[in-house]
Amino acid sequence: MSTDQIAEMAWSADEMMTVSAARSLTNTDTCFVGIGIPSTAAILAKATHAPGLTLIYESGTIDTNPSQLPLSIGDGELAQTALTVVSIPEIFNYWLQAGRIKIGFLGAAQIDKFGNINTTIIGSSYDNPKVRLPGAGGATEIAGACIYTTIICRQSTRTFLEKIDFITSCGFGKGPGSRKEYGLTGKGPRNVITDIGILEPDPDSCELVLTQIHVNVTVEHALRSTGWALKISDNLKVTQPPTERELEILRTLNTTSNAHT
Amino acid sequence: MIRTLSDAIKDLVHDGESVAMEGFTHLIPFSAADEIIRQGIKDLTLIRMTPDLIYDRMIGAGCASKLVFSWGGNPGVGSLHRFRDAIENSWPRPLEIEEHTHAGLANRYLAGASGLPFAILRGYQGSDLLDHTENVKIIDCPFTGERLAAVKAINPDVTIIHAQQADRNGNVLLWGITGIQKEAALAAKKVIVTVEEIVESFEPKMNSAIIPAFVISAICICPKGSAPSYALDYYERDNDAYIAWNIISKERETFVAWLDKEVLNSPVDVVQS
Repeated sequence: MSTDQIAEMAWSADEMMTVSAARSLTNTDTCFVGIGIPSTAAILAKATHAPGLTLIYESGTIDTNPSQLPLSIGDGELAQTALTVVSIPEIFNYWLQAGRIKIGFLGAAQIDKFGNINTTIIGSSYDNPKVRLPGAGGATEIAGACIYTTIICRQSTRTFLEKIDFITSCGFGKGPGSRKEYGLTGKGPRNVITDIGILEPDPDSCELVLTQIHVNVTVEHALRSTGWALKISDNLKVTQPPTERELEILRTLNTTSNAHT
Repeated sequence: MIRTLSDAIKDLVHDGESVAMEGFTHLIPFSAADEIIRQGIKDLTLIRMTPDLIYDRMIGAGCASKLVFSWGGNPGVGSLHRFRDAIENSWPRPLEIEEHTHAGLANRYLAGASGLPFAILRGYQGSDLLDHTENVKIIDCPFTGERLAAVKAINPDVTIIHAQQADRNGNVLLWGITGIQKEAALAAKKVIVTVEEIVESFEPKMNSAIIPAFVISAICICPKGSAPSYALDYYERDNDAYIAWNIISKERETFVAWLDKEVLNSPVDVVQS
């Protein structure tokens, strides 16, 4: 692709992140979806290469087929286009806890090198936080019980930290062995998809390593945007740019979102 | 059985009680919350998985001394500013919190509805929440030895929910996303249900739940009683109102002016059966 063509098709860092997250899902996956960019990415996957993808939201909607981006996890369209809608205890106990869902798609306010995420507070005191964030919601048990999780989060020294202010949901805890010790049945984070690239856990140390970098992003930028000494894979891959089709569908989804009625 | 909302709230909700007002994004009982605010009921322990705009109003209005919850945001929009102001700055009064995960709080209701002292789940472990949350203990499974989370039953003094329909006998039908309402109702000592309308008989609906009259204390007819959330097959979620709330609630002054105009000086329509 020539420089001219890339300029013509210019995309934002968030669009590259969303497209990369969508590409990580396959046609046969079942995915427990959090609202926001994770939901946008999952719906984009379903609208492009993975029409058979099964989307599950914590409001109890199983195999839902929204035509627009929902603003909340309980928007009416999610229920009306679902194969079935179950109660909250059922979605968490029978479906999530029992290990029936392959991928959990999660966001984060802060993340550490073991893929532990914080969505609870910013600051050093739980009782007296600098910023009170929404909290766990479904994330703690999604991170525990899905076979794998994918975390989607913008990468900066504000979000990618050596030590996060609060562990809301466990990735690999303190490192190898932690998940087993805590009795978490899923395998933990499979990847962390950011506006810079994709990080994957080292199979031995569990530490997140940059294995893929988005087109036009430098390794120096990745290092500068990470609050710990980020390791770079020897086989660092470069993300294919978003295709015209991916961008067109993503932008249509964003402009017809229920968030902007 | 069928009563005006103001009478039902006056008789059944009192200062200092624990009150669960459930509805997971769908069927959130906003009209009942506004009536509690108008009646100036105080020192409530408010219980709800997602405090949402309904508790943001009540917290900002000073109704609550404690909040039991599992996710406190404005869905798809951002922060709940009144909730944050109460926790970060104790305005308009200090707010004690008891924080859970969705699965954990859902199971607390399940235990409450089942008449059991606790429920178990595979949860909380690996999270710092365990160090900050009452009513969760890690126990050994007596059969396998697996370490599991036990959560204490929750039995609200009052549960308030909104449903699409009641019949003349006081049975209630809700459908669509039914969330945690059945468990919250069955866990409670008193149950108030606001409904869109009274019907002669129920038609079968996809994914419906019926709550029989004999567990309900009062039914109140409140058309649009869950706006700006929604009632499936009656009206849609007013997403613009959720987005607008971000601005209205951000500053104390704009919130107080809104509360004064839209709640305190805007009495509920009195609907008789």
